[in-house]
Amino acid sequence: MLLLAFDTSTPAVTVALCGDHGVLAQSMDVDARRHGELLAPAIARVLAAADAVPGDLTAIAVGAGPGPYTGLRVGLVTAATLADALGVPAYPVCSLDILAAGHAGPVLVATDARRHEVYWAAYDAAGLRVAGPSVDRPPVVREWLEAHAGYAVLGDGALLYADEFPDNMIPEHPRYPAASALAHLVLPDAVAGLDPEPLTPIYLRRPDATPPGPRKQVTPA
Amino acid sequence: MSTGPLILGIETSCDETGVGIVRGSELLADEVASSVEQHARFGGVVPEVASRAHLEAMVPTVQRALRTAGVTMREIDAIAVTAGPGLMGALLVGVAAAKAYALALDKPLYGVNHLAAHVAVDTVEHGALPAPCISLLVSGGHSSLLLVEDVTRGVQHLGATVDDAAGEAFDKVARVLGLGFPGGPPIDRAAADGNKSAIAFPRGVVRDAPYNFTFSGLKTSVARWVEARERAGEPVPVADVAASFQEAVVDVLTARAIAACKEYDVRDLLIGGGVAANSRLRALAQERCDKAGVRLRVPRPKLCTDNGAMVAALGSLMVSCGVEPSTLDLPADSSLALVRV
Ligand SMILES: [Zn+2]
Repeated sequence: MLLLAFDTSTPAVTVALCGDHGVLAQSMDVDARRHGELLAPAIARVLAAADAVPGDLTAIAVGAGPGPYTGLRVGLVTAATLADALGVPAYPVCSLDILAAGHAGPVLVATDARRHEVYWAAYDAAGLRVAGPSVDRPPVVREWLEAHAGYAVLGDGALLYADEFPDNMIPEHPRYPAASALAHLVLPDAVAGLDPEPLTPIYLRRPDATPPGPRKQVTPA
Repeated sequence: MSTGPLILGIETSCDETGVGIVRGSELLADEVASSVEQHARFGGVVPEVASRAHLEAMVPTVQRALRTAGVTMREIDAIAVTAGPGLMGALLVGVAAAKAYALALDKPLYGVNHLAAHVAVDTVEHGALPAPCISLLVSGGHSSLLLVEDVTRGVQHLGATVDDAAGEAFDKVARVLGLGFPGGPPIDRAAADGNKSAIAFPRGVVRDAPYNFTFSGLKTSVARWVEARERAGEPVPVADVAASFQEAVVDVLTARAIAACKEYDVRDLLIGGGVAANSRLRALAQERCDKAGVRLRVPRPKLCTDNGAMVAALGSLMVSCGVEPSTLDLPADSSLALVRV
């Protein structure tokens, strides 16, 4: 098994290469505006570091968002086309699941969705997602937390709106979805040869566009 | 069967996901998935809608192109992709896809200029490009007059629109006339029954820039003329308005193109872009070229609109001319400069 994992749903581009005995190489670049320039070279670098070539890959894992659309699409189209060219499966994973992975106990993950909103999801003690992924204003998330006791909170979105999440914040946590964590989430399915879900980005919002109203007159009335 | 490199071309600068395959200068496949219907109710291309559609269409369109061409992915010698100009989010989908194919197949990647590709596509239809030539590119996204010496090295901008693209003017006037989106084909059809001299719409001139275009004043004066009729309770002669508006646009486009041919002493004019499908533009350009002793080349309409074949055609020329390939950090550039040295 040689699994290539990457996530582009946040300002970071994270890439990891995973073999049968764990992570062979990984990289992280943080630049919210250059995902399209950073991802392919990072993949080439990680492969070279492990003395591997693309043809050696047996599966791909990709963070499916939610996240800013343009960067997110760079990851998803890269996964789709690599899988197409190499004839290997590509497994999408909700990027919030990657952030939650490795945190024992009930946890809520919130990332920055801009426009005064956060992307969020909540996970029970067994690590199962019990709410989300959703996009909401922070007070909506706080209401959910008030109705569901015992949840720790992590993520950039929670830090950004710290006033809304005063009590149960986990201050020390990876800011960006680690590709190595993504690889570990996908590894069992990839080893078992399961069919992947379709590579559908998790947008959670419709495109900003409204059909035009009645034609505006150009002649002053 | 022609020889030469087998090139896969990817185009996603606007609302068409185009994938083309050429071998040398022989066109093997030209597959396009358009999201135009998703934009119709907005009256123009919505960038985010286009970008989402590119992501969905990418792999299926590549697969279709390979099937049509009867080649396998492994046989491809190089990947070419539109790096700009165009809509940033849309370009990025194609560029990322092209990089992944280049990486996976271990083949060179060529980032190409969209406007140069509009010029290069004519090689698959009419053979080698005359050098130099003047090129008039008119579509919903661009209106440019170019001097082309060597299309693989770049093209020189003589002029461009300073406001609306020509195709955009067609879209906006079509909306005023209630003819739907995109506006080019219905205006062309309506104009066929109209009198092109019925209304003297203005020909926009940009001061101190003889090869620039301006269409926003024309669009406004059409709207004003129609509104005056509506206010007076008179019927709007749609065919005459369409024909007179269309004449104003193509008169300016062809006059500037011929003037450029004369000034630069160039004997060949090449017209491309979606508006090149306009029947009156083709007719008037032919008439004026004949009079000026200029040879006119217009690719068939399917090759004039955005497509992957044009990108593959330019990529093929670049490979043949020994142009250095791009690196994997190739950026998408929404305002890509036209001349690369
Ligand atoms: Zn174009």
